[in-house]
Amino acid sequence: MAKVKKLRSKKGAERTVNGIIYAVLVVISIIWIIPFIILFIQSLRGEPGGATSYFFPKQWTFNNYIKLFTQTKFPIWYGNTLLVSVVVTVVQTTIVLMTSYALSRLRFKMRKPLMNLILILGMFPGFLSMTAIYFILKEIGLTQSLFGLMLVYTASSAMMYYISKGFFDTIPKSLDEAARIDGANRHTVFFKIILPLAKPIIIYTVLTAFTAPWGEYMFSSFLMLGDPDKFTVAVGMKEWLTATMLGEWFTTFCAAAVVVSIPITALFIWLQRYYVEGVTGGAVKG
Amino acid sequence: MVDMEYLKKSPLQKFWYNFLSFFKNIPAVLVAFFKAIPARLLKFWNKILGVFVTIGSAAKNGDWKTRSSFLIMGFGQFARKQWLRGLLYLLFEVLFILYMVFFGWKYLAKMGTLGEVAMIKIEILEPPFFEYKFVDNSMLILLYSVITLFIMVSFLYVWYKNVSGNLTTQELAEANQVLPTAKDDVKSYADEQYHKTLLSIPLLGLTVFTILPMIFMIFVAFTNYDKAHMPPAQLFQWTGFDNFAKLFGGGISSDGKIFAYTFREVLLWTIIWAFFATFTNYILGMIVAIIINKKGIRFKKFWRTILIITIAVPQFVSLMMMSQFFSDQGLFNKLLEGWGLIKKPIPFLTDGLLAKVTVIVVNIWIGIPFTMLIVTGILMNIPADLYESARIDGAGPVKAYMKITLPYMLHVTTPYLITQFIGNLNNFNVIFLLTGGEPPTNDMQYAGKTDLLITWLYKLTVNQSEYGIASVIGILTFVIVAVISLILYNSSKSVKEEEDFM
Repeated sequence: MAKVKKLRSKKGAERTVNGIIYAVLVVISIIWIIPFIILFIQSLRGEPGGATSYFFPKQWTFNNYIKLFTQTKFPIWYGNTLLVSVVVTVVQTTIVLMTSYALSRLRFKMRKPLMNLILILGMFPGFLSMTAIYFILKEIGLTQSLFGLMLVYTASSAMMYYISKGFFDTIPKSLDEAARIDGANRHTVFFKIILPLAKPIIIYTVLTAFTAPWGEYMFSSFLMLGDPDKFTVAVGMKEWLTATMLGEWFTTFCAAAVVVSIPITALFIWLQRYYVEGVTGGAVKG
Repeated sequence: MVDMEYLKKSPLQKFWYNFLSFFKNIPAVLVAFFKAIPARLLKFWNKILGVFVTIGSAAKNGDWKTRSSFLIMGFGQFARKQWLRGLLYLLFEVLFILYMVFFGWKYLAKMGTLGEVAMIKIEILEPPFFEYKFVDNSMLILLYSVITLFIMVSFLYVWYKNVSGNLTTQELAEANQVLPTAKDDVKSYADEQYHKTLLSIPLLGLTVFTILPMIFMIFVAFTNYDKAHMPPAQLFQWTGFDNFAKLFGGGISSDGKIFAYTFREVLLWTIIWAFFATFTNYILGMIVAIIINKKGIRFKKFWRTILIITIAVPQFVSLMMMSQFFSDQGLFNKLLEGWGLIKKPIPFLTDGLLAKVTVIVVNIWIGIPFTMLIVTGILMNIPADLYESARIDGAGPVKAYMKITLPYMLHVTTPYLITQFIGNLNNFNVIFLLTGGEPPTNDMQYAGKTDLLITWLYKLTVNQSEYGIASVIGILTFVIVAVISLILYNSSKSVKEEEDFM
C-alpha cells in the first residue's frame, strides 16, 4: 500500500513539474513570437507615424503593401537580393563542396598548413580588407555593381569548409577504397560516391548561402554607397529607420519586413531537418 | 594525487576549476607558443635550404636541357617533348615579363616613397584656364605594389617548379623510364593531383579577396593614410610605428591620448560583451532545450518550431525591428506610456549602462534558438542506458543532470563555445543594427558606449577615413582574437584528454 501511495505522490510531483514547464514554455513562446506578431499588425496599420501608444491599430489597411510596391524601390532591391543570393548559392555551394572534399578525403603535403591558414585568416576582421577590396573592384569597374557584390560574397567561400568537411569525414572510407579498386579515379569517387551521400550537407550549405545575402549589411552598404538602384533589401530598408524617415516610413518598413521574411521562413521550416543536422554535426566535432 | 582530487569534484566544480586553470594557463601557453617559434623557424629554414639544394643540384647535374630552362622556362620540357607543360611554363614566363615591364615595375619602384607629386596644375585654353592632373596616387601605388609582390612570389614558385620538374624528368629519362605525356598530365589532375584541380579556384578567391587585402591593410598601418592625406588629391607617407604609439602610449598629442583611452574602453566592453553574450546564450539555451526534451512534455516539435522561426527570419529584420521597439519613441515605451505604467520613456538604448544590458538581452532573444537546436541534437546523442543505470542507482533527475548531462554537454560543446566566443568578439550585426554603437559620448574618439572594436573600425573607415589607425586596431583585434583562441584551443585539448567521456 505504502509503495502505491509513494508512486502516486511521485506522479503528482511529476505533474506539477510538467505544469510549470508548460507554463514556462507558453511564456517563452509568447516572448519569442510576439515581436513578429506586432510587426505584422503594424504593417497593416492605417494611421501614419512611428510607434503608437496602443496595441491594435484603429484602421486596418493594405495600403502599406501597395505603397511598398508602387512608390518605393523595394521591388528593385528585392530583385537585386534575389539575384545575388541565387548566384551566391550556386557558386558558394560548389566551392565549399570542392574545398571540403579535398581537405577531408585527399592527402597532400599542404593539407594541414592550409587548414591552419584558413583558421588564422578567419580571425582577421574581414571588414578591414573591405577598403582594399573596394579599390581592387573599382579598378576593374565593379563597384556599385551586383556582380562585384557576388564576387565579394563568394570569393572567400573556401573558409566555410569546416562543417561539410566534418560531414565528409563521417562517410566511411571503405566506400572510396572499394570504388578505387574497381578502377574509379578520385574525380569519379567524388561525383559518383560522395556527392550522392552528401544530400543533407548540400541542402544545409544551400540554405545558409541563400539566406546570408538577405541579412548582410556591412559589405553591401559599403559597396553600393550612393546608388539606390543597386541596394539590397537590408541596405534599403535601413534608411527607413533613420530618425527623419521613420515617421513616414515605419509602417512601410514593417510591410517590407513581412515580405522579406515570409519566403525565407517558409524555406527554412521546410528544410529545418537538414539545417539542424548541419549545425549539430559541425558543432559537435572538435 | 591531483588527478584523484580532480575526479572527486562535482561537474560544476570541475568546470570552475577548468575555467580558473584556463586563466592560470595563459602565461604557460604563451611561453610554450613563443618557445616553439625557433623550432618552427628552423623547420622553415630547412625547407628553404632544401629548395636551394634542389636548384643547386639542377645547376650542377642538369644536362643542357635542364640548364637552359633556368632562363627559358619550359625549354627542357619542349626538348623532352612534353609539349603541354612546356607551353604553359613558357606562356607564364612571357606574361610575367610583360606584366613587370609594362605595369608592375612602375609601381614597385615608387613603393619606397609612396609617390612624390600628388597632382600638377596644367594650363588649358578654356576658362578657368587651369586644371589639376593627378600624378601619383599613394593608395594605388601601395595596392599595386602588393599585387606585384604577390605575382613575383608566385613567379618564383613556378620557376622553381619548372627547374625541379626538369630535374625529375631528366632523372626519369636517365633511368630509361617512360616520361609522362600531356595526356597523362591531364589525367593526373583528375586523380593523383585532384586536390590541385579542386582547390585552385577556391584558393585563388581566397588569395585575391582575403589574403592580398589583408597584407595591404597591414602595410597601411605603417602609414599616415587618413582624412588629411586622402589620395588622389594628397599623398600619404610611411610613418613607421607612429600609429601604434598613438594607440598605446597616448603619445604627445591630445589626439593620441583620446585614441588610447577609447581603445581601452572599447576593448574592455568587447570582452565583457563576448563573455556575457556567449554564456547567457549557452546556459539559457541549454535549459530551454532540456525542458522541451523532458520526457512527458508534449508538442515538442511545436515548441521548437516557434523558436526556429526567429532563426528563419533574416537577422537584420529582427534586429532593426528590436532597435525600433526599444528606442525612446519606440513601440515598447509608447505602449507602456499608453497603459499608464511609466511617465517618461525608459532609455533602453540611450543610457550607457541600460543600453549594454538591452543589447545582451536582445542577443539572448536572437541566440537562444541556435543553442537550443545544437543542444537538442547533442542531448539525443547521450546514450539512454547512462540515464537508465543512474536511475537504477537511485539518482534523481537533478543528480542525473549534474552527473551525466552537464559534463557531457561541456565536454562535447567546448569547440562550439570557443567559436561562439570568437564570433561574438567580432559580432558586427547585433551591435550595429541594434544601437549603432550609441549612445554617443564625448570622451571617446568616434565611438559610442556600446561600440565593439569591429563597429568602431567600421566608423573609423567608412565615416572618418582614418585608415592608418583603423588598420592598427584591426591588427590588434586579430592578435587578441588569435591569442584568445590559441589558448582556448590548447586548454580545451588538455581538457579533452583528461576526461575522455566514452
